Amino acid sequence: MLYIFCPHCGMRSQNEFSYGGDATVKRPELNKEVSDKDWDNFVYNRKSLRGKHWELWQHISGCRQWIKVERDTATHEIFNTLKADEEISK
Amino acid sequence: MQKYSIFSLVKNALSNHENWDLAWKDPTPKKEYDVVIIGGGGHGLATAYYLAKEHKITNVAIIEKGWIGGGNVGRNTTIIRSNYMHDDNALFSEFGMDLWRRMSQDLNYNVMFSPRGIINLAHSDAQMNMYARRGNSMRLNGIDAVLLNREQVREIIPMADFSENVRFPIFGGLMQPSAGTARHDAVAWGYARQADSMGVDIIQNCEVTGFDVSAGRINGVRTSRGDIKVKKIGLCVAGSTNILAEKLNMTLPIETHLLQACVSEPVKPVLDGVVTFGAGHFYISQSDKGEMVMGGDLDGYNSYAQRGNLPTLQHVLTEGIAMMPFLSKLKMLRTWGGIMDMSMDGSPIIDKTHIEGLYLNCGWCYGGFKATPASGWTFAHTIAQDKVHKLNSGYSLERFNTGHLLDEKGLGTKTWIS
Repeated sequence: MLYIFCPHCGMRSQNEFSYGGDATVKRPELNKEVSDKDWDNFVYNRKSLRGKHWELWQHISGCRQWIKVERDTATHEIFNTLKADEEISK
Repeated sequence: MQKYSIFSLVKNALSNHENWDLAWKDPTPKKEYDVVIIGGGGHGLATAYYLAKEHKITNVAIIEKGWIGGGNVGRNTTIIRSNYMHDDNALFSEFGMDLWRRMSQDLNYNVMFSPRGIINLAHSDAQMNMYARRGNSMRLNGIDAVLLNREQVREIIPMADFSENVRFPIFGGLMQPSAGTARHDAVAWGYARQADSMGVDIIQNCEVTGFDVSAGRINGVRTSRGDIKVKKIGLCVAGSTNILAEKLNMTLPIETHLLQACVSEPVKPVLDGVVTFGAGHFYISQSDKGEMVMGGDLDGYNSYAQRGNLPTLQHVLTEGIAMMPFLSKLKMLRTWGGIMDMSMDGSPIIDKTHIEGLYLNCGWCYGGFKATPASGWTFAHTIAQDKVHKLNSGYSLERFNTGHLLDEKGLGTKTWIS
């Protein structure tokens, strides 16, 4: 069982959350010319590496907010969580 | 190579089974090969076998980080089927069914292929309509499909919940009588033994650390047991595809996820086929040892852990008990997990890449085991001829860019979409 710290509600069990995938993917800017390759990368292509991974979760059975979580994909250790609008510091 | 038969069994029994040949050798890697297959799982071993058998390419090495058959070919629920609607999936899988039927003879190894049938249960009128459509599509492609009503299903699986007051009543089901199961380890070992006998080097405990790529083509591979010069490399590393793609500066339409399975304590024969729950994701069969073999959804988030989490197991088994209430009385014997390549449309990729001499076989999602022979056969063709075969033309890498998705069930990385 994972325990995820929701920045709005505090520590909660994984049962309350729904997963939303890689949080570092950026939607292409709509007011610029967007190539097929850019769309392809945005919609489908993912690094999905072993180790630290920033990802989106939704606290679906809680505050229903989307949050960002930094988790290790091999050990499931969670290092950090942020609100959806907070930038990931590199 | 020693042929396995009743005579060799008797002969070796007389000498206390001390004189059997090794099933495969343990060679040290050579400096150069014609083809290197990375990944000694079912697909990699099958690919090497068909390279040698169909294309007479025998200067081949299989490089495996762990031991052969230690990944998903040893972790699956052994289901073999071709009950697909889309032509690309149906024709590919049905080609595989033919290879399955002949496999024990071809490999001189008993893979215990058991065509015991699969039933997908339907729990609404709409689902019955959908199954009728899928069944018709299957029959048009020469695959056997039978639409069963509630009473016909009850005759085959009377232990399922047919009471009136259930949340998901059984309306009927779609059956593929020729589907079944096989002994998964035997598939890996059978392919390994035959490939080895034709000259393929099976190199275990050898990790790929990098690739030698220059001017857009493959020149070699770097491993923990030395550098190997090679012009053609086939990647067959489901679960680790993203890690090797990173070393090649490629980003693929794949996420790595964890899928769990479990078996109950062994019980007397109760279920003689494979059954899937239609109102969720749960499948069950009974092994020859009597264990109920069960599986279902992904854990749902990117994972390389190779072990599962309890909430998903609880969710999956709740579905199982809803379908067959007697399961609640059984004790769990084992649970385990394997890491999957989850492609974005739920269909696999067998294709060439933008790097000359690099071939990709990945993205098998939930259905890698049944595809083992067809995947090996078509991947061997793609590597040997440097050309995609008609059977795997739908499994192109390009389809995500061009929009020709093969969304049979649309069940890719986002399990909640279904």
